[in-house]
Amino acid sequence: MAETPKIRVPKTAKKGEVVEIKTLMPHIMESGQRKDKDGKPIPRKIINKFTAEFNGKPVFSTSLEPAVAANPYLQFFAKVEESGTFKFTWTDDDGTVTTAEQKITVS
Amino acid sequence: MLNNRTMIAALCAVAVVFGVVLQRASADPVKDTLVIDGKKMITETKPPEGHPLDVVRSGWLYREKDTRELEADSFENPGSLYVARGAKIWNTVEGSAGKSCASCHNEAAKSMKGVGASYPKWDAAAKRPINVELQIDKCRVENMGAKAYKFDDPKQRALTTFIKHQSFGMPVHVDLSKGDLKAWWSKGKDEYYTRFGQLNLACASCHELNNGKHIRADHLSQGNANGFPTYRLKQSHMVSLHNRFRGCIRDTRAETPKAFSDELMALEVYVTWRGSGLSVETPAVRQ
Repeated sequence: MAETPKIRVPKTAKKGEVVEIKTLMPHIMESGQRKDKDGKPIPRKIINKFTAEFNGKPVFSTSLEPAVAANPYLQFFAKVEESGTFKFTWTDDDGTVTTAEQKITVS
Repeated sequence: MLNNRTMIAALCAVAVVFGVVLQRASADPVKDTLVIDGKKMITETKPPEGHPLDVVRSGWLYREKDTRELEADSFENPGSLYVARGAKIWNTVEGSAGKSCASCHNEAAKSMKGVGASYPKWDAAAKRPINVELQIDKCRVENMGAKAYKFDDPKQRALTTFIKHQSFGMPVHVDLSKGDLKAWWSKGKDEYYTRFGQLNLACASCHELNNGKHIRADHLSQGNANGFPTYRLKQSHMVSLHNRFRGCIRDTRAETPKAFSDELMALEVYVTWRGSGLSVETPAVRQ
C-alpha cells in the first residue's frame, strides 16, 4: 500500500515569521540488524534521507540512520518571507521517493 | 563489640539506602489530565457495581511522561497513521460482491460511532460474544464475499483501529444483559482469578493486586482494554487485544489459547467490563 505521510504546516503566516513544521512518515525502518525465523538477516530498509524545500530552495535536510525508530517523526522550523509551497521528500533505501507539498500564504 | 556496632550501623545505612531505592522504584499512576485535540478523556472513573477496585484507571496514567505526551498529540501519535490506513481499507472494494465497508455503512464517522465503546456484544446467531475483529470478518464473509482476515493481519489491525477510533472519547460500556453475555462474563472472571503457567500467575496477581508497581523495568497498569488496538513502542506497531492477552499469558509460561477462542473471548468480555466508564483511547500509545 502506498503510504501517505502526515505533514503539518500553518496555512497562513506573517512575513518573516518562524513557523513550526511537523512531518510523520509511515515506514518500518528495518535496521538490517535483525534476523527472521530461519536465522537469515532481514535486509535493511530505511528512509535514509529527508529534505524540505520552500519555493525550490532547500530549507532543511537530514540523513537518517538505522537506529531511527519506525515511522520517523521530524519537527523543524523555517522562516517565511513570501507565500509559496513547501515540498518534502523522503528517500527510501530501495530508491522509492515519496513527496508531499503544502502551501502557505504569507501576509 | 565495637566491630559489631559498626556492623549494625552499616546495615542500618544499607537498609535506609535500600528503602529509598524501593520507594523510588514504585510506579504509582500519575495525577494528570489527558486532553487530545481539545477533547478531555476520562482516564479515571468510578467502577461499575461489583468491581473489585475503588478507582478504574486508564493505562495512560501509568506510563512515563514521554509516552503520555506522544498519545496526547494526535499528530505525533504514530497510531494515527494506522487510523488513516484503516480509512483507506474502509473505502476499498474487496471480494466477489464488489463491495467495500463504505458501500453499506457509508460514513464511518456516523455509522461506526459508539461501536468501539460497546463491543464485545452478544452474537445471537453464533451464540457467543463477538468483538470488532470478528464482526469485520463476519461482514467480509457474509456480505462482501471476501475472506476472513488471518489473525493480526496488518489490515485487520488497521481497520479495527479505524473503527474503534470512531468512538474516540466515548465511555466504554458493555451491555451484559443481552443473550448469555453474563455467563461469559462469569467465565472470564474465573479465568481472571485463576493462576496458571509455570510462574503460577493470575491476571489479578499483576493487574489487580500489584498495579502501580514495577514488573522488571515495566509499570504494571490495571490492564484495561479501552486503548486497544494500542500502539506499542516496543513493537512499533498496533497491537491487538488478543495479541496482548496471548503475550501476557505466554509470559506466565502457560500454554496460550488461540486468538478469538472461547477462553479469550470470555476474557475480553470481562476485561473490557473492568474498564467500564473509561474513554475509548484507540489508538492509545503504550511502552
